[in-house]
Amino acid sequence: MSWETVIGLEVHVQLATASKLFSASSTRTGDEPNSNASLIDLAMPGTLPVVNREAIRHAIRFGLAIDAEIGRRSVFERKNYFYPDLPKGYQTTQLAEPIVGAGVVELQLEDGTRKSVRIHHAHLEEDAGKSLHEAFSDETGRAMTGIDLNRAGTPLIEIVSEPDMSNAEEAVAFARKLHAIVTSLGISDGDMSQGNMRFDVNISVRRPGEPLGTRTETKNLNSFRFMEKAIKLEVERQIDVLEDGGEVVQETRLYNGETNTARAMRSKEDANDYRYFPCPDLLPVLVSEEEINELRDALPELPDARKARFVETYALSEYDADLLSADLATAAYFEAAAKQGGDAKLAANWVMGELTARLNTDDIGIAQSPVSAGHLGELILRIKDGTISSKIAKQVFDACWAGEGSPDQIIESKGLKQMSDTGELEKIVDDIIANHPAQVEDYRGSDEAKRKKKIGFFVGQAMKATQGKANPQQLNQLLQQKLNG
Amino acid sequence: MHTKTLTELRAGLAAREFSSRELTEHFLRRIRQFDGELNSLITVTEEQALAQADAADATLARGEGGLLTGLPVAHKDIFCTEGVRTSCGSRMLDNFIAPYTATVVEKMAAQGAVMLGKTNMDEFAMGSSNETSFYGPVKNPWDQERVPGGSSGGAAATLAARLAPAATGTDTGGSIRQPAALNGVTGLKPTYGRVSRWGMIAFASSLDQAGPMGLSAADCALMLAAMAGHDDKDSTSLDEPVGDYLSDLNQNLEGLRIGVPEEFFPDTLDNAIAENSRDALRELEKQGAKLVPLSLPSIKLSVPAYYVIAPAEASSNLSRFDGVRYGHRCDDPVDLLDLYKRSRSEGFGEEVKRRILVGTYALSAGYYDAYYRRAQQVRRLIRDDFARAFAEVDVIMGPTSPETAFKIGAKVDDPINMYMADVFTIAVNLAGLPALSMPSGFVNGLPVGTQVIGNYFQEGRILNVAHRYQLATDWHQRIPGAFA
Repeated sequence: MSWETVIGLEVHVQLATASKLFSASSTRTGDEPNSNASLIDLAMPGTLPVVNREAIRHAIRFGLAIDAEIGRRSVFERKNYFYPDLPKGYQTTQLAEPIVGAGVVELQLEDGTRKSVRIHHAHLEEDAGKSLHEAFSDETGRAMTGIDLNRAGTPLIEIVSEPDMSNAEEAVAFARKLHAIVTSLGISDGDMSQGNMRFDVNISVRRPGEPLGTRTETKNLNSFRFMEKAIKLEVERQIDVLEDGGEVVQETRLYNGETNTARAMRSKEDANDYRYFPCPDLLPVLVSEEEINELRDALPELPDARKARFVETYALSEYDADLLSADLATAAYFEAAAKQGGDAKLAANWVMGELTARLNTDDIGIAQSPVSAGHLGELILRIKDGTISSKIAKQVFDACWAGEGSPDQIIESKGLKQMSDTGELEKIVDDIIANHPAQVEDYRGSDEAKRKKKIGFFVGQAMKATQGKANPQQLNQLLQQKLNG
Repeated sequence: MHTKTLTELRAGLAAREFSSRELTEHFLRRIRQFDGELNSLITVTEEQALAQADAADATLARGEGGLLTGLPVAHKDIFCTEGVRTSCGSRMLDNFIAPYTATVVEKMAAQGAVMLGKTNMDEFAMGSSNETSFYGPVKNPWDQERVPGGSSGGAAATLAARLAPAATGTDTGGSIRQPAALNGVTGLKPTYGRVSRWGMIAFASSLDQAGPMGLSAADCALMLAAMAGHDDKDSTSLDEPVGDYLSDLNQNLEGLRIGVPEEFFPDTLDNAIAENSRDALRELEKQGAKLVPLSLPSIKLSVPAYYVIAPAEASSNLSRFDGVRYGHRCDDPVDLLDLYKRSRSEGFGEEVKRRILVGTYALSAGYYDAYYRRAQQVRRLIRDDFARAFAEVDVIMGPTSPETAFKIGAKVDDPINMYMADVFTIAVNLAGLPALSMPSGFVNGLPVGTQVIGNYFQEGRILNVAHRYQLATDWHQRIPGAFA
């Protein structure tokens, strides 16, 4: 008998505000530990929170993008627990009255089918700081833990889905779609390598038609790839447990991407009692109809709309349009390259092909690409106007990736311009024919079909002689002319 | 100089009868002389006070100055004062030098006030007798075997003994009014949100409110004018215009409707206390006020509701004292749990621990609805009771405390009895209303106070009532013999 998998996600998205959720400290990362920690972030006695209105507005933008009910009144609550990187001894979050109510996210799956995933709600909360366990010791050499509160108080939205996904692929498609939405809205940079978007996955399995099984939660997955692997691993584990007659224990699990293994962190029994209650230091957040309308009117283009436009404007396939429109940075890159190069199809192929491959190899985002959209546009322009062949273009791309300059500079400095001067090319062709009498004999003795193959030898020789710079059409023409006599 | 009110001292400074330095030195001398026995101050900031006094004298010499220029003030040790220990009466913060200054302190300093020091208090403001302070109990200047009340008992005793002409306090369930009553001084708890809580160490955030304590209603009006106002740093501070408290003081009381709730005069109330407050009411009647009997049926639930809500909020507010970033840290913790357990066990006193436990329990899964949610419902009922009452009357009056100062140690083993000391004051905090306690006489040689409760933002009105009463009486001018 088969098994059915039920998956729900909780997604933490760091909001791209200049300052923290309840203090004026910068949200910048990478600074000296505790340099962006104010009196409030340090939870000094007597300090009080004041909510960052831009974080509220970001959350509303998200709600509008998924067609959710916006909480006209939302309430911050305290989630109480002790941890060294939680300075107040409670996290300020929302529970009973969140800012974003039920909504829906539409997915396009790889096989072309569509799926809706319902959002239960999304709420605002503050992030914790970081415990640094390495490289700290006191005067006597005892190991100590360092606390960095730069991240403490950074605004997050936690998006909670309904358990509407039934396999890893759907869960990843959902995660990708959320990433596309929040980056398109500009409410988050979506940088998963920095933990700015992270996923908790709730998984259970059951026999078809039976009630929901016991679920586990795998926490803090910060890449689509790990998420997919972690889900597959956990589904297999649960099925194994059940098929062996065991029971799935409700627990929190931690996935290790390097070893593709997971372990239990804590079970339901040792879960904290968080003693939630409304934060008496903050008033309920009220949102007016005007504010909602103003934000709705100013929403940027969302992934679905952008995809439709790409199909319409650039005559891309649904699949290509989906890939290129999902991520705002990719979409912007593609559009800029297509515009400058004057050829959307070529731009699409380059972005999805060579560029994506190189970005993956070097494990960097498109924003960090050494080949800018302007560079790629220039390259496409040179392919289109015949200055270089597609083959040479790859070479130029590589040089540009290596930081050797713009495509035009590289073509110039390396002398990669196609040889279109017939006089020069004719001399080279004459030399090759003169130096290879046997092959010429063979060619001439062949029929039309065989000749088509055999001309390749001479093309190869000519390309070698010109270091690939010969204009292929001209070369072919010349060779046929000379060989056919 | 120490027998004068703040208002009189202000006039004296303006008339150059004395300088701020002379005034400040005089009070510092009195503190040196008497504080050893009273224990009403935790920290005396002599050097800083003299520097501020000199600066004030320079300002006054230029013919300039604010509401409080050159006037000495003692701040409750719950307010953060940059560079000065801010202990909140706790071992937990015995080593805590505040890195910033509370808005209340800053606003008073901006008006020229001179800070003499920080007054003793119940630990984290949890107490009605000042016996829970890590720094030891404060003695009541009227009878040093007795408590000064709490939690602002240090402030009230400092005033009664004339060691400072003005003080700040905070009031979560009566912590300004009850000690004011037990020491024969005047204290005002403003409307919740009238005075900023920034820099005031939180006990129960939805109830805590800072206010002035002084020798007269007029002095409190002067201080409140400096303290009140909206603060961007406190989301619960209200953006209402600050009243003209000084001008309001002298309005006559013709036609004033005074509500007298039967619940403030229960059969169980000490007859002498009840009679004392009735005398005060009669005096105001003489001045044209009308007494309106009324009932606030829900306030009998205020003590239990308060002892759920306040500890619940406190249990969360005090979580930050974990030995990690500041305050007391145990020696040689073996691991994180040990660090938490011992730092908090050693740093907090018994009453604070009791309330953290009660609050934690009240918020726990399965108990939240039975305790916290129901307490909040009671709170709404109490607010509604007052709203109905204020549709009919201008102020509500009754005794501040059901008893006079009790003996030190008399109630330490009986927390419930101790909690009943706040039976008349707590409902006001739950409703967020302003209320004042004014001296209204003596019972067995100990001061008694009468409470005047106003509607939201009616601080001007209640100060006016108290001021008119004080024009006709001299209870507020009495000084305990040993400190005359």
